[in-house]
Amino acid sequence: MRAAPLFTEAEWDFATLDRAYKAIEEIAREELKLDVYPNQIEVISSEQMLDAYSSLAMPLMYNHWSFGKLFAREETLYRSGYSALAYEIVINSNPCISYLLEENTMPMQALVIAHAAFGHNHFFKNNYLFRQWTNAEGILDYLAFAKGYVAACDERYGRDEVEAILDSAHALMDQGVFRYSRPPRPSRERVLEKHRKRREYEAEAYSELWRTLPAGIEPPSAPPIPDPEDDDGEMKLPEENLLYFLEKHSPALKAWQRETLRIVRTLAQYFYPQKQTKVMNEGCATFVHHAIMNRLYDKGYITEGALLEFLHSHTSVVYQPEFDDKRYSGINPYALGYGMMADLKRICEAPTPEDRDWFPAFAGNADYMAVLKDAWANYRDESFIEQFLSPKLIRDFRLFALHDKAEDAAYSVSAIHNEDGYRAVRSSLAKQYDIGIAEANIQVVAADLKADRRLVLQHRMHRGIPLHEKTKNLVLAHVERLWGHDVGLEEIEAG
Amino acid sequence: MTHFIDRRLNPKGKSLGNRQRFLRRARAQIREAVQRSLKDSAVADIDKGRKIKISAKGTREPRFRLDPLEGGARDFVLPGNKEFVPGDEIRKPKSGDGGQKGKQASDYAEGEDDFEFTMTQEEILDIFFEDLELPNLVRTTLKETPSRTWKRAGITTAGSPTQINLIRTMRNSFGRRLALKRPRLSDLKALHAKLESAEREEPQTEATRSRMAALKEELAKAEAKRKWVAFVDPLDVRFNAFTEQPVPTSQAVMFCLMDVSGSMGEREKDLAKRFYMLLHLFLKRRYEKVDIVFIRHTHDAQEVDEQEFFYSRQSGGTIVSTALEKMLEIQRERYATADWNIYAAQASDGYTQSGDARRCVEMLNNDIMPLCQYYAYIEILDEREMEVFASEESGAELWRAYRTVAEAWQNFATKRISKPADIFPVFRDLFRKEEAAA
Repeated sequence: MRAAPLFTEAEWDFATLDRAYKAIEEIAREELKLDVYPNQIEVISSEQMLDAYSSLAMPLMYNHWSFGKLFAREETLYRSGYSALAYEIVINSNPCISYLLEENTMPMQALVIAHAAFGHNHFFKNNYLFRQWTNAEGILDYLAFAKGYVAACDERYGRDEVEAILDSAHALMDQGVFRYSRPPRPSRERVLEKHRKRREYEAEAYSELWRTLPAGIEPPSAPPIPDPEDDDGEMKLPEENLLYFLEKHSPALKAWQRETLRIVRTLAQYFYPQKQTKVMNEGCATFVHHAIMNRLYDKGYITEGALLEFLHSHTSVVYQPEFDDKRYSGINPYALGYGMMADLKRICEAPTPEDRDWFPAFAGNADYMAVLKDAWANYRDESFIEQFLSPKLIRDFRLFALHDKAEDAAYSVSAIHNEDGYRAVRSSLAKQYDIGIAEANIQVVAADLKADRRLVLQHRMHRGIPLHEKTKNLVLAHVERLWGHDVGLEEIEAG
Repeated sequence: MTHFIDRRLNPKGKSLGNRQRFLRRARAQIREAVQRSLKDSAVADIDKGRKIKISAKGTREPRFRLDPLEGGARDFVLPGNKEFVPGDEIRKPKSGDGGQKGKQASDYAEGEDDFEFTMTQEEILDIFFEDLELPNLVRTTLKETPSRTWKRAGITTAGSPTQINLIRTMRNSFGRRLALKRPRLSDLKALHAKLESAEREEPQTEATRSRMAALKEELAKAEAKRKWVAFVDPLDVRFNAFTEQPVPTSQAVMFCLMDVSGSMGEREKDLAKRFYMLLHLFLKRRYEKVDIVFIRHTHDAQEVDEQEFFYSRQSGGTIVSTALEKMLEIQRERYATADWNIYAAQASDGYTQSGDARRCVEMLNNDIMPLCQYYAYIEILDEREMEVFASEESGAELWRAYRTVAEAWQNFATKRISKPADIFPVFRDLFRKEEAAA
């Protein structure tokens, strides 16, 4: 039985949004059995969307000139029509906040709700990386603390000082995460309690007298607040988290500077899972919105016109230009992610002998949602591709692998989409998404605190690829600022 | 409707602070870029936002990056194979070839040596006028109407209802209610509930009845207390206080003298007008209290308004001294030197009736320069003349005459303009800050 359509016009209002949300929620919860954080959906204008863009898509953020630079660029691109705004932004928090752009038509709003408020939301809540490495409960409180803290430092130590520290910390953001050991995850109360204590101390220790001291003399730094999650302060080498190392051991930093480093590295860690799950995250959201929109149509909740508008937008989102196309700028995570997930569904429902051969564990398994949910929960881009990319999809995308040696004048084609090449293409593509390979692996290997205080970093090269010379020296200058003494960097072959 | 929040009315421009930080950070580069971009543009266009391209120096955000072009080996996967089979070779495009490799290279290379973004008119003018000022500005007597501003002055117990400070008021109210033990609404409700349940009890025993009586009494007391301990008492109310404070100002008047006679061609007039437009913008932005007097002259001088000065046409012979006379006349009438800083800018093509130049010099030396803080003379030439009069020494009659004035008076400046591109540099030269010049 088909119901009456929820809306027939392109214009939206809050009552219609609410009706659509309820219909979508019913499908998401009852039929797809998605498990999501409570939703908080906010409608914003295009200016506010630009604002949100330039604070790393977070609702609040400390102030720094680099966000202003980002804003200036985005605004110029947007105003001159080079780039359209995203339809939505979604934040990994509990409740899960999604922003809808006010200019969207009603069918687009429905699509965006399905995509962000259910697709991304389910992924955030269930994927192991997000569960282990980020703290959706506490992030907004933490950001509020960070913003306040940086502003207070601005006030007290001067903007230039604070910006200098943030500049240096930002330069090391990629090296400011724990990759292998899971960071301790303090409960929200403990986090808040700690912030309260810190602030209290700051307030107590503040004295008008300090302002009368001649320049160069610093008020005594904060006594170490006993912190059960921290280790005993002993140096453990090698250390992959440069920001952590500098925060704990740099001889040059004052208490507030250490706290600032800590803020930046907390953010880096928060964004770390997103970097590793672009394909899966977008794939999951796209798959979910596709399923939901089609179900809405089946049930009669949306008109044919709305379905067509949705399909138009959907197909352009998952379009993959070929490598020699002018529009090509890498593999489109929406296309690959959605393609793989739709393909998984096909393998479950209508497997070919080839599929049974490659995926005996679940080919023909009628419950494709169980397979997908397992994938969403337990994989990241690299392992997901290594595990689930099917020969059919490799053929569909006409993927081929190239081998590139820096000294050669030509790339050589090492594998293509044929029987001999599937596995090679697949693992080559998977490696492309391995952040451990795509990003420089830099470790602190030695720090002589007793003698000349020289800090030694090591770049463990993967397959002999060196660091970019110019940026390397610029970043090292930042490390030197944070360390306060000589810093050296050696590049070795990690084998 | 629990799921949706309308944020559209929230303040936008959350990034404004960050934008200002960025502009401040890239100040040096931006200043350079603004000068460059203004140099060739019409003054009329100055009041528009424009795209500014700055070098990324100073606003770089370096990160460690891998550089596979320099060494090592890698594998990567591309979509859309058409004819390749394993073993095929694809020539790497040289850098600069553009195409796919070029794009990839920029991912690794420095990438952003230039950074392009749009600046608003406000921001551009701020930067352009940043280090300019009226020279020798002296704070003259504070006249009877110094401007005033409102400043915060803490909290008071009396004021207008619009200035009520809710937080302080409610804090006081809360403290008083706590101290006087004002029964809360929930307490009252609890008593009512107890009473009701007692009333419903069956059978009504003596004990129940006495309990009910006690409850009623308690209730009556509580209600009475709620009446005399008000929720918000006049005692609690606080207001934000403001006081008026005088702001010392220095008054200045700028006389703009322009020759519109027949010898000034359209081009010359246009250049002069552009110069004055810039001057006008500058004064309007930087000084709240600057009077501007527009005087134009042919063989006869008139005071005109802004509109006339910039946009109307007139023609006739040339007697420069009439403009100077007019200026003196106005000054005597309205701008006493005790209260006003007096400035003048004069634009002319350098031609005047023979003999008039001498008279001008006399007037300047005897009457005008003693009054003026600064006098700028701009001579508009065509480009051919500019070549002829390459040296400062040579020039038309008025120029030579004015040079003698310039020698006698330090605060008298002469400049020449022959093309639009000269306007901005000359303008900056004339109004450069003293410290900057030193």
